[in-house]
Amino acid sequence: MLLAVLSGLIFSIVLVFFGRAFKAKWSILIPILPTILVIYFAQMIPTISSGKGFLQHYDWVPSLGINFEFQLDGLSSLFALLITGIGSCIFFYGRAYLKGHPYFDRFFGYLLLFMSAMLGVVLSNNILLLFIFWELTSISSFFLIGFNNDSADSRKSAITALSITGIGGFFLLLALVLMGNIAGTYTITELIQHRDTILNHQFYPLIIGLLFIGAFTKSAQFPFHFWLPGAMKAPTPVSAYLHSATMVKAGIYLLARFTPILGNHTYWNTTLMVVGGITMLYAAIHSLFRIDMKAILAYSTISALGILTFLLGVGTKEAVVAACVFIVVHALYKATLFMVTGIVDHETHTRDITVLGGLRKVLFPVAIAAFLAALSSAGFPFLTFGFVGKDLIYEATLHYTNADWTWILTGATVATNIALVSAGFMAGIKPFVGPLPEKFEKVHLPYKAMWIPPLILAILGVFFGVLPAIAGDYFTTAASNTIWGMNTESYLKVWHGFNTVFTLSVVTLLGGTLIYAINKPSLAKLARIEKLNSISPQRIITGFANDIVRVGHWYTGIFHNGYLRSYHFKIILFAEALLAYRLWMSGPISLDMWDLTYPDLYEVAVIFILIGALYLVVSTASRLTAVVAMSVIGYCICLIFVIYSAPDLAMTQFTIDTLTTVLFVLVLYKLPPFINMTNRGIMVRDAIVATGFGIILSLVALKVWSEPISTEISDFYGENAYLLAKGKNVVNVILVDFRGIDTMFETVVLSIAALGVYSLIRLRLKSSEKE
Amino acid sequence: MELLLIILIGLLYGAGVYMILRRSMVKLLLGIMFLGTGANVLIFLLGGITKGKPPVIDEAAKMFQDVYADPIPQALILTAIVISFALTAFAIVLLKRVYALVDSDDLDDLNTPEEEDI
Amino acid sequence: MKSPILQSATKYLLPILLLFSFFLLLRGHYYPGGGFVGGLVASIAFVLHSFANGTEATMKILKRKPLSLIPIGLGVSAISVTLPLLFGYPPMTGLWFEEPIPFIGMIGSSLFFDLGVYLVVIGVVLTILFTISLNNLEEKN
Repeated sequence: MLLAVLSGLIFSIVLVFFGRAFKAKWSILIPILPTILVIYFAQMIPTISSGKGFLQHYDWVPSLGINFEFQLDGLSSLFALLITGIGSCIFFYGRAYLKGHPYFDRFFGYLLLFMSAMLGVVLSNNILLLFIFWELTSISSFFLIGFNNDSADSRKSAITALSITGIGGFFLLLALVLMGNIAGTYTITELIQHRDTILNHQFYPLIIGLLFIGAFTKSAQFPFHFWLPGAMKAPTPVSAYLHSATMVKAGIYLLARFTPILGNHTYWNTTLMVVGGITMLYAAIHSLFRIDMKAILAYSTISALGILTFLLGVGTKEAVVAACVFIVVHALYKATLFMVTGIVDHETHTRDITVLGGLRKVLFPVAIAAFLAALSSAGFPFLTFGFVGKDLIYEATLHYTNADWTWILTGATVATNIALVSAGFMAGIKPFVGPLPEKFEKVHLPYKAMWIPPLILAILGVFFGVLPAIAGDYFTTAASNTIWGMNTESYLKVWHGFNTVFTLSVVTLLGGTLIYAINKPSLAKLARIEKLNSISPQRIITGFANDIVRVGHWYTGIFHNGYLRSYHFKIILFAEALLAYRLWMSGPISLDMWDLTYPDLYEVAVIFILIGALYLVVSTASRLTAVVAMSVIGYCICLIFVIYSAPDLAMTQFTIDTLTTVLFVLVLYKLPPFINMTNRGIMVRDAIVATGFGIILSLVALKVWSEPISTEISDFYGENAYLLAKGKNVVNVILVDFRGIDTMFETVVLSIAALGVYSLIRLRLKSSEKE
Repeated sequence: MELLLIILIGLLYGAGVYMILRRSMVKLLLGIMFLGTGANVLIFLLGGITKGKPPVIDEAAKMFQDVYADPIPQALILTAIVISFALTAFAIVLLKRVYALVDSDDLDDLNTPEEEDI
Repeated sequence: MKSPILQSATKYLLPILLLFSFFLLLRGHYYPGGGFVGGLVASIAFVLHSFANGTEATMKILKRKPLSLIPIGLGVSAISVTLPLLFGYPPMTGLWFEEPIPFIGMIGSSLFFDLGVYLVVIGVVLTILFTISLNNLEEKN
């Protein structure tokens, strides 16, 4: 399984090096990989549907709990089959769609990366590993949305999508880490056993809140849905694959995967129902006003994701079964419709449904695929898998545990579905019926590789519609069992008899058809809707993001203005505040006067000379005076060292001071004198800050000095200097023996400084530099 | 004497801070040197100051017989002095180069905060 | 700064100061002194000479670029650090000759380490100062 997950990744790396070859004659090899994978996962179906699962474990970072742990159970298997199955169709389709594109290899590199990451998400049994793959899907989606990187719109959409899903990812990580810490394990199969611990923990609401943000951003739930219509800037195969069939379902997968661990709790169910309900209605209504085929499909996808979230929120056995079936239904018809849209766009160069019409005459097989998919999306009775899905959804809402809510829930789903029926007809039927405009008469069928994949998926939808038991036995039942935690005993069938559910289905179909007949979306209508944009979540969230950017500019302008002294000023002020606070908190300074040594007259004189020289350096306008005064300071310090028993220091200080003076004289006599460049106010301000710093440092020194310090280390050196190192000058013994390595590296630092000076001087100014 | 040294430390640090807040590059360098000296004196003071008792063991003895000045701060400061020389030398040469390039001692002339970026 | 007095004085001061610096180096383990101070005094001796006679004259006495002293010094220290490894001790173990050497006293690996420091310090200081002063000369011409 590790190989299955990583093969896409490996292949995409191969593409980096051999992209040229894969662009031309080897391009057929690319779709082979998902096909192999789909066969691999398909041959496991019998084992999975009999209720068994596969587990695999490879150590990666065991100390952090991150390991390659994979699990193939009903739910993973369903998703893995969707990813690889629809993936194969998309890969064949995309190969024809992008034939001759200059970035052909790049496109499939990203797509393979995505497939690999998505498989990783659904197969991971370790939540941290899941997170890694989760982020990888966001990243590959970013690259794919921004694939047409010369279009500003496309780049902007890519960044929006990445920021939204990326932010969601952070929250998800928080949730996962919290959960892992509470349960003490990061393995999903073990987390299930700790369900009660997590459910009763005080952080439970926080965990599910964070997890929801992660799932909602990924699955485009209200109010984070707006990145998905933008993501339609990607080439159509990407929209079909990532943004309708697989990636956006990662959030749904996450919710489904954690239902056994976190689900069946009031908070969990209510939030999901409310958010899913709002999303499905909101997006379904939105889809009625769009004229771009892709936009219609984008909104109906959001709506479908809303339905899925809603079903997981309802959380009954029927709802779980319905969700699993609907995932398949939706993936089949939506991928088909997207691919059809791609073909239409590819051949007619427009996706505007107000212009398109009559294409059945020129694109007959495509029209068949589109009709079937549209019917499936409408839930046309007896013929389509969509009907089975819709039945199950109504079944679920009608059997909701709380009878008061039944009609509200059912009403919402019926309303959503009516709009979705219309949207499906709009995208799947409208472009193909009616008279054929003259300008489209020359349109011809594209490569077989482009229209066969959607046709296969559409026919599959019908096949499952006629024989739903097969889909149930092989795919969805095992998945719903995984979510439900025990056998759901679901048996999918076409005919349930004339009951409420059937009535609702018919009402939905008729209502949708009616709206389709009446509703004529147009630019004018769209413009009217656009006026409401000022209160849309997109506007609010992007506005918020812009505010953050503004704050960033403001902050940068103040704190990172590029003036060194202003940085110094802030750092010093902060240090002062911190030190003052610490000093204040540490209590009064107790000074033992008897500990003080009394200075002789000449010592006082030295100090006063020093202070005078210091004043001179600070105040003088002459560089030379400053340098001379500086050397006076050095010699005075040297005298202090002499008086207070530090002969080595005194000698070093003396020689260094001499050399520093020589150095200054060598360089500085060439430079102009100081000019007074700041005004009085700033000088006074700086003087106050500097004085404050001086006083605080003095107090710190006093404080530290008055505290007793441990002399253990000094005593050790004193006692052992001769015994261990045969030296009597302890300072030198420390330098060359006890701490010899330090000294060694000090000499290295000195050497580096010398080399730096040498190369700086020897470096000739280039003419360009001189400007 | 300790109190005098403490005052001296405060003055060295204060002067250093004042100097690094100036616009002149040379003053900045002098300020950094002040801060370094201040730190040296601070370390020296905190080791405890002792008069006339260098940390050198008597010729005849194998161990200290008497009170002696703490050798650790001295070893630290010795290292610091030498390193600060290297730092100063490098900084001075850098300054010389900058002066050759921009013909100014003014730090603000080195600034290129690009307006369009803000 | 070409003063004849200084020139003739440095003629004698240079060897004396160098000798003194070496003396400081050798006694460093027992009395105040050591590699750093010794190296600095030696550098001052050369700097003084260069003040009196010009940097080029001093470079002639040195016969080679001071930069080349740095790797030699680092090498000497590094050898004295790693030498104990050959005798099966951990690095930096002090190795000593059994008997004191006349005039110098006990000789051990730490003295060689100090010698390395001494050389590096001379190399570093002279490299810095001489490069700058040679550069000044070039700019003047």
